[in-house]
Amino acid sequence: MPQIFSRRANTIARLSIILIVLFFIALGWLGYAGFWSSYTTMVNVPLTQPVPFSHKHHVTDDGIDCRYCHTGVENARFAGVPPTETCMTCHSQIFRDAPMLEPVRASLRENVPIRWNRVNDLPDFVYFDHSIHVQKGIGCSTCHGPVDQMPLTWKGESLYMKWCLDCHRAPQNFVRENSDVFNMRWHAPSDQKVRGAQLLIAHHIETEHLTDCSTCHR
Amino acid sequence: MMKDECRMTNAMFARLRRVRVILHSAFILLLFSACRQGMYNQAKQKPLSQSDFFSDGASARPLPLHTISRESASTDALIGATNPDGTLVTKPPVPLTKELLYRGKERFEIYCAVCHDRTGSGNGMIVQRGFPHPPAFTETRLRNAPIGHFYDVITNGYGAMYPYAARVEPRDRWAIAAYIRALQLSRSGTINDVPTDQRAELESQVQ
Repeated sequence: MPQIFSRRANTIARLSIILIVLFFIALGWLGYAGFWSSYTTMVNVPLTQPVPFSHKHHVTDDGIDCRYCHTGVENARFAGVPPTETCMTCHSQIFRDAPMLEPVRASLRENVPIRWNRVNDLPDFVYFDHSIHVQKGIGCSTCHGPVDQMPLTWKGESLYMKWCLDCHRAPQNFVRENSDVFNMRWHAPSDQKVRGAQLLIAHHIETEHLTDCSTCHR
Repeated sequence: MMKDECRMTNAMFARLRRVRVILHSAFILLLFSACRQGMYNQAKQKPLSQSDFFSDGASARPLPLHTISRESASTDALIGATNPDGTLVTKPPVPLTKELLYRGKERFEIYCAVCHDRTGSGNGMIVQRGFPHPPAFTETRLRNAPIGHFYDVITNGYGAMYPYAARVEPRDRWAIAAYIRALQLSRSGTINDVPTDQRAELESQVQ
């Protein structure tokens, strides 16, 4: 009776076992990379908007504070997108005929809000409050990235739960002086570990409940 | 007979196989059913979200005319820059403290300095970009104006300046008004206004 399998069959069998294992590893890696890629997270992807609003121009060139437009950020859950009147505070006088700003003028004229495309959108099962973060020394740029350098606004961070927990588990790595919260050029100083620990005490940040489920899911 | 039984079994197997395929497909479909985004995007309205229900496309309803929020009701005493006889108040209804002035400085630099400049000269960045030049706070007219005037301008706007009532709370408006007074003073101060024991320190900074 002749051999059914040739001598090569052993090698092929071993190779296919290895290839199958590699295939599943690659599949896992692909899933992971896809999950964290900017394709999924939208991080660093500028969104088109009805008006090509530039934070870079308004913040860096003009020196306008975040709170000039986002008035709710210190007292409310929602930082607030400014009403058209805020835009027109200046643009009733400057660039008043710019075609680029026609949607803003139309919004005021017809009393219909501008429909901006949302950049940061947390899942609805997450409770998030801007005011508590700002009051306790978490700066804008920690979560929103270098907004003062964005010609069109993009998402600074993934806002994934793991990313939230990175800070909720170790806030001392991110907490700032209150005077630096709105400083877009802030970088953690070399002695951040020591300073951060002191700031946790100064700001009355109690870390033992920061990772409770109900802190964010309520 | 045997053959018939065999055929029956084959048919049963085929049916079984078909059922299995359907069950497997259903199971795989079940796996995908977890990918619905219903928890992510719940059927509820969040601040500034859009709505097809109302004709203006917004979920939030505009406030009826003359609505006062509970917070502002508690600061009612602070609202209004005029006395009962219609004249502008000359004294703010909040105690003038160092904290109030620092608060005023902070708020001034957020909301006012873009045009009025941090010193109150009226030469802020937006003015440099073409906005009409506001008067410097050091003008005689503004030096002599009662403090209620500044509160009134912040609340209701003035000339090309839009009202800031929606952006700056009443207490902060008084803080800013007080800080404007401080700015006015600072521009006309002399070394004689500085306590003698602090002059050396000040002069060492001016090099």
